[in-house]
Formats: sequence, C-alpha cells, structure tokens
Amino acid sequence: MAFQVEDYLREDKLPHIWCAGCGHGITVRALVEALAGLQIDPTSVVVTTGIGCFGKADDYLNTHCFHGTHGRALAFATGIKVVKPELTVFALMGDGDSVTIGGNHLIHAARRNVDITAIVANNQNYGMTGGQLSATTPEGSRTTTSVYGTAEPEMDLCSLVAAAGASFVARGTVYHVTQLQKIIQDAIQHKGFSFVEVVTMCPTYFGRYNWNQTLIERMNWLKENAVSKARYDKLPPEKKESAFMIGKLVEKDTEDFNTKYQRILQKAQNQG
Amino acid sequence: MSSELIKFGQGNEACAEGAFKAGARFYAGYPITPSSEIAEIASRRLPQLGGIYLQMEDELGSMAAIIGASASGVKSFTATSGPGFSLMQENLGVAIIGEVPCVVIDVQRSGPSTGLATKPAQADIMQARWGTHGDHAIVVLYPSTVQECFDLTVEAFNIAEMLRSPVILLTDEVVGHMREKFIIRDQVKVIDRKKPTGPVEKYLPYQPDEDGIPPMAAFGDKYRMRITSSTHGPDGFTNSNPVNARQMIERLYKKIMDRADEITYIKEYMVDDADILIVACGYTARVAKAAVKQLRNEGIKAGLFHPLTIWPFPEKQLKKAALDAEKILVPEMNLGQLVYEVERILKEKEVFGLHKSNGQPLFVREIVDKVKEVAK
Repeated sequence: MAFQVEDYLREDKLPHIWCAGCGHGITVRALVEALAGLQIDPTSVVVTTGIGCFGKADDYLNTHCFHGTHGRALAFATGIKVVKPELTVFALMGDGDSVTIGGNHLIHAARRNVDITAIVANNQNYGMTGGQLSATTPEGSRTTTSVYGTAEPEMDLCSLVAAAGASFVARGTVYHVTQLQKIIQDAIQHKGFSFVEVVTMCPTYFGRYNWNQTLIERMNWLKENAVSKARYDKLPPEKKESAFMIGKLVEKDTEDFNTKYQRILQKAQNQG
Repeated sequence: MSSELIKFGQGNEACAEGAFKAGARFYAGYPITPSSEIAEIASRRLPQLGGIYLQMEDELGSMAAIIGASASGVKSFTATSGPGFSLMQENLGVAIIGEVPCVVIDVQRSGPSTGLATKPAQADIMQARWGTHGDHAIVVLYPSTVQECFDLTVEAFNIAEMLRSPVILLTDEVVGHMREKFIIRDQVKVIDRKKPTGPVEKYLPYQPDEDGIPPMAAFGDKYRMRITSSTHGPDGFTNSNPVNARQMIERLYKKIMDRADEITYIKEYMVDDADILIVACGYTARVAKAAVKQLRNEGIKAGLFHPLTIWPFPEKQLKKAALDAEKILVPEMNLGQLVYEVERILKEKEVFGLHKSNGQPLFVREIVDKVKEVAK
C-alpha cells in the first residue's frame, strides 16, 4: 500500500496528552486507519478542530490542520470545503465544541450539506477545563458545575443532526473499534455532510464523579448497552433506559452543496 | 484602450466592486443593515465571476468561513455592521494570530446594541482597533467618498495579502448608502500573498522571512499547512514558552507597526497656514471640508487633516500638519473616540472635541459654530 497508518500521524508528537483510559486515542487511531484504508493522500486532507481535549487531535495528524476557536470547527471547515471541493475535510470536535457552544453551526452544516465529515467524541463533559457540565451530560449527573446533579436533560446528538437534515448519521463507540473504523470510512465516502458520534469516556472527571465502575467494567458497559437499531427496537422498555443505538442511523443519497452550486455558477454565467 | 466603467452608485456597491477587482472570490456573511447591499451584490456577482457566496448562520460563522476559504488560497471578505461586528471580534482574533489575510467591512450604525439600525454613527472607531481581545495591531482604512470605497477596498486586500493579516474597512451608514459617480478602474495594482518556495519537508508555516512575514501555503498544497489560533512556534504547534510567546506577539505587532508609513493614506485641505486644524474621517471629513471652505470665506484660517488610514493612526503626519496650528478640533459621530488619540499625539496643543451621538450626521453649521467658539 502506498500510504501506511504512520503517514497520517506525527509520530514525533507522541505520546499524546490524553489521560489513561480516555477514548480519544482510540478514535484518532480509527480515523487514521480509515484514511489508510481508503488510501487518501495526507496532503489532500484538512482537519479542523476547536477547543477541548479532542481539539488537540490535530497535533498528532500529519495532514493539513486548522486549530481554531471553541465551537467553530465546522464553520472553518465550511469555508475550506466550498472553495476546495477536491479536499477531504474533517471537523473533529467534542460534545462541547459540536453541540454546546457550536450547536448553531452544527445544525446548519447538517442542513447545508457541504461534504464535510464531522466526528464528535462525546465524553459527556468538558474534560480539558476540569469536568464541567456540557449539553450531553446526562440529566442528574454530577460534574464540577453540577455538584448536586444537573437539572438539564441531555441532547441526543444523532437525533438533532438527523432532524436538521444530515444525509449521513452514525454512532459508534470506543469499544466497537472495527465498526468505528468502518463507519468513518463510509462517512468519508458519503458525498454530503456526514456525522459520526463516538461515545467515549472521561474517567478523570465524568467517570470519577458518576461511575461506580472500573475502566474495564465501563468498557463492558459500552459493549452491553450499545446495540444495533434492530436489537434496540426489540428491547423491553426497562432496558431501553441505558441502551443506545450504534451503527448507521441515516444514510440517504442527496446532492451535496458543491454539486448544486455548480448549477448556480452555470446559471449566473449564462445570464451574466 | 481603457475599459474603465463609470457608475453612479452607493458606497456599499463600490466596496463590493473593489473587492472583486482585488481578486476576492469568496464572501460569507450574515445580512445586517446598513451593510446588506454588499451581501446582495456579492451573491449576484460572485457566481458570475466563478466565486462563491455563502450566507452563514451568524457572524461568528461568517468570519470563520472567510478565514477557512482564505487559508485555502482564495481571497475572501465579509461585511457587517455594529452588532455583527461585535460577533466577528472572536474570529477576527483567529485571523490575526493565525495570520490569515481577509477583509472585514464594517458599515457603522448607531448603537449600542441594536441601537438605531438605519442611522449613522462613528462609534466603532475603538471597536475596530481594540474589539478583539489580547495584544495586537490592526490596519483600519476609512473611506469618505464612493470612489474611495472602491479604491480603499482594493488597497485593504493588498495590505491584507502583503501583511498576512486581516484588514478592516470601516465606513459609516452615510458613506455606505450615499450615491456618487465612481469609476470601476480597469487596471489596479493587485498584491498576492507570498507562497513558499523551499523544500516541502522543511516548510514551517510561521517561520518569517527577513521582512517578518511567513510565506503562506494553502490547504491542499504539497506543503503541509497548519493554521492555529493558539500561541505557537514557527512550526504551528502550540508553544507556551515565554520567550517564544513574546517573540510571536511582538512579530505580529511589528509587522504592521513597522510598516505604518507604507500603509498610511491621508488627505489634507488648507492645513499650511491653518490656525485651527480639524481632524475628521469618514462622512464627517466631508462635512468638515465644507466647514473649512465656509470659515475661510469668513476669514477664519481653518484646515482639515483627514486620515484614510485610521489605524495605525498617522501620528507623524498629524504632528507635521498640526505644527503651526494653535487649536485642534475633532468632530465625530460619537461621544468621543478619535479625540483621545489626537490628544495623546498632540499633548502640547489645545484639543477640542465636537461630539454628536443621536443617529444624525454632523452638520456643516455645527462644525462652523464650534470652530468659532473655540477660536475665540
């Protein structure tokens, strides 16, 4: 193979800064495996990131990178992809970046259908700033800014993005690594906005305040509770409380923004 | 044969045409009065030119999108007014520290907040200078005629490309909406950013040349490009070393301040023998010029110093123009912004302000009366 996994990594920047038991390294590995699997030239890949633990992911990637402000990765990526449609563009975000501060950009990216692959590592809290509450923190959970348990219900990322019109929506976990890699590959190949939620974990903060589990037990919890749509639909109601769906949730053929814009260019130039 | 196009149009239209002439092929924005004509013209004209118009979800996203497009090698701009300009301050900082050239047009309206949406003001003079947080320098150009809107927008792109920095084109509701004859010049000087030429594996995105400005690769080039909004070393990776931090911040500051003369545009009217010097910009400079004419007719030796580059403020040029003037008057459509800069520069002179902040422009009579009052 022309490109190896190592060609996408800045090995000189390893080891990474993430805590023991954090799933971000697993997610980055799945991403570079997906890129190597598709043999995409690293100089035709742009990765945008924002702020948060997963916002550090670009430090380990040997692609073009844009590290910007909190919540705006998708808006930067939009400007990049519309003018350079030949590039493979990613927005790597956490739950804070993607839906908490950046929710407006997220729903509009889903609606606009620019061919960007958004990967959201959802660890249910703000890891980098010390374990504060995010929009995906489950209701009742304790964080450093909800010491009595949060009164706010959590946002279901995949449902939100699907409702906003995304043409590819999938969820994976850091336990189901092979599936995650395949999902990311499919997301890259999907023409249009692709959204991948990766359910991961933050043992340092969210885990410490909310789990009564070891990391191994938490991995097993992911294994047992993350189920396919077919299995989820058959679960009895009491099991549905902790279970969640993984796999491809939405996949539809739609024209992406740039394809449609080509017709606008033609129209303008014929009339101009 | 020249194919110059003579038009009768608005300042906003001239800004848009200037941007296209400078080579801008991407616009992302969010409509807001009194700047919306720029978005409308961009949406119509850019597709004709093979460019792209995007209406974003807000001004945060607009600023981010133009930075992304420019980092991909396409000259980009946006236009807004007060409330939108406030939202753009966040990512304006990204363009400064990330060294991404782009042009932001702010057509000033009356504030604070939603204020008087359709009425003029000059109350963003300090927001343009200091609106985004952290130490930084910035270039701000301020036209006063429709032709200057065209010419200075071209110049804004050239300065942005030359300095690898965002440039703000500040106008006001009067300049943006008034109609005058202007020429879409056929030939303009167009500057493009420096590109890297050395070996691909040795390229460092923030390693400056001797002129203090790093060559800029685009996303998709063989040179691996890293843009970052965090304090970084020459390689574009986060670096918290205090020596590096100081070098980075000072270089970003000096690359602009050291070239202040090169990017300074001023106009002077009857300053040589003026006893009283008026310092005014934008629409107010036009009113001030009419006031000078009237005062001269009445035997009062007034003159006008009119900066078109307002940041970095033309300090040296003002000192020279004010050398023999006894008194200085700074009329502006706000409660006092530019006057403080003038006071700082001309400490030994008597500096007066004339301030109006009610949604109306200053009138010739008001300046004439104020000059007579302070000249006593």
